Amino acid sequence: MVKQSNISLDLRHTDLGYNGRVVLRDVSLTIDTGEIVCLLGPNGVGKTTLFKTILGFIKPLAGLITIDGTDISRFSPKDFARLVAYVPQLHHLPFPYTVRDVVLFGRTVHLGLFASPCKKDRDIANSFLELLDITHLADRAFSELSGGERQMVIIARALTQEARFIILDEPTSNLDYGNQVRIIRKIGELRKQSVGILMATHTPDHAFMIGSKVVVVDHGALYRCGKPETTLTPETLKQIYGVEVQVLDTPHNGICSRKICAPVMELTTDIISHH
Amino acid sequence: MKGLSLIVVCLLVLAVVALFSMGTGRYPVSFRDLLSWITTGQCRDENLPIILVNIRLPRLVGAIAAGGALAMSGAAYQGMFRNPMVSPDILGVSSGAGFGAALAILFSLPVAGIQAFSFVGGITAVLIAVSISKAIGRSHDSVLVLVLSGIIISSLFGALLSMLKYVADPDDKLPAITYWLMGSFANIRMSDLMVILPLLFVGSIPLMLVSWRLNVLSFGEDEARSLGVHTGWLRALVILCATLMSASIISITGIIGWVGLIVPHLARFVAGPNHRMLLPTSFLFGAIFMLLVDNVARSVVSVEIPIGIITAILGAPFFIWFLKKSSRKSW
Repeated sequence: MVKQSNISLDLRHTDLGYNGRVVLRDVSLTIDTGEIVCLLGPNGVGKTTLFKTILGFIKPLAGLITIDGTDISRFSPKDFARLVAYVPQLHHLPFPYTVRDVVLFGRTVHLGLFASPCKKDRDIANSFLELLDITHLADRAFSELSGGERQMVIIARALTQEARFIILDEPTSNLDYGNQVRIIRKIGELRKQSVGILMATHTPDHAFMIGSKVVVVDHGALYRCGKPETTLTPETLKQIYGVEVQVLDTPHNGICSRKICAPVMELTTDIISHH
Repeated sequence: MKGLSLIVVCLLVLAVVALFSMGTGRYPVSFRDLLSWITTGQCRDENLPIILVNIRLPRLVGAIAAGGALAMSGAAYQGMFRNPMVSPDILGVSSGAGFGAALAILFSLPVAGIQAFSFVGGITAVLIAVSISKAIGRSHDSVLVLVLSGIIISSLFGALLSMLKYVADPDDKLPAITYWLMGSFANIRMSDLMVILPLLFVGSIPLMLVSWRLNVLSFGEDEARSLGVHTGWLRALVILCATLMSASIISITGIIGWVGLIVPHLARFVAGPNHRMLLPTSFLFGAIFMLLVDNVARSVVSVEIPIGIITAILGAPFFIWFLKKSSRKSW
């Protein structure tokens, strides 16, 4: 892959919402290529609205969203898809396309209006199937795969699109524990592909595992933004989720050292008396 | 079976069935006569070339065009609506065409007038359905609104058609309307086909060209857009082409149901869901199916059975059998 110059996706004082009703107010945020930004926040706080606005499905009510300095509303669908790829949450396909086909659909944006993929496109798709260790699924029907496998395939499709930014909407939802870890690990490795990743998640640990930045949304605005270690404090987590969580350091045993979240299970009278 | 070999096999089967169809009918044609006519242009029975060229050939070409066009537009619609239960008349083309034809029959217009009215009626119904879905706006799921608009227009034109039938002269006009609605290849002439075939060509070429993008629409509006497909334009193009194809055919044959619904399923089962293969395979399967059905229509009993009746009678049990058979595999 050719090394490309770093660019950034910026939201500047953006108000987001539907039909004139503001859901998130005055959001300012920067995502650079090569970094992974984790988006945390309780259900219904407007994470999906934020994604849909960044993807251009809905227009911002105020403010500006730019990529490399250009307002995103000025891109054609085709130019925009070369910059931003989307990995949505639910994947329902009415027809039994093979995994190879689904990944190849990522090449659509690089094809002429009436063209279909050529050998070069197939090679690119194959290389990302390999990168994500799913080459063995290539000839299976997408609709027959498990949730974790489908998520991998859609991530492979996003990479095949060769966009500079990838937006992932809760990539680990509905996955078993092993698949969650596998997906997060792979997303962590994507940093090397010099893409900028914005990922919504419900698990603060994901931010400690792979996040170079964490964005916390609550009460209709950005609540906190910064490095995971300094941003995700027990106080912040208590504020947004309403539960007591301890943030601990794992022992330095040479395998991994980072912070982890441990929800407090036995509420001592001491903690309850804080209320 | 994948790729070109499947297309070649379909073409061979189509050729065999076509040859068989030329020899089938009230007037006995021996295989030897048929072969000598095809190779040399002459044969012992001097009536034979007249029957073959003026009666059987237009009918043969008409059946191939009708089956192919209806199946292909059905496959394109199913892909666009992301729903395998959709047929070419989902947006009201059949009921619009039926109303147009009935109006022309009521005005005692000649055959060309009936064809023109039904063509315009079919296209108009679809355009109204599309305009309604545009007017309702973007706040709803656009595919759902389009389907609902189609249902609304279909039932509206259905009611208007009933009104025309109610006021039509029950001695000659009403039967004429009723027979037209049942569909038939009996009255197809070469001159009709000369008008219709270019229209089918104009409709099918753009569909083939955008077949790759049609696949991407299966992911739904938002995802297709994020993959770089201009969904609004693509949908408009598919509607325009599929409607052009089905309205042209319906205008010369009357209403023929089922083909556009079941043949794409069969084709998808054999060729896979990629529209690059699915659209041509659907066309060929539709053509073969329609030829076989037409042979039944004109040779089983001494009076010709309207083609729409046979497609429905054969189609219903076949579809049940097929759904049962394919239920183990998603299709």
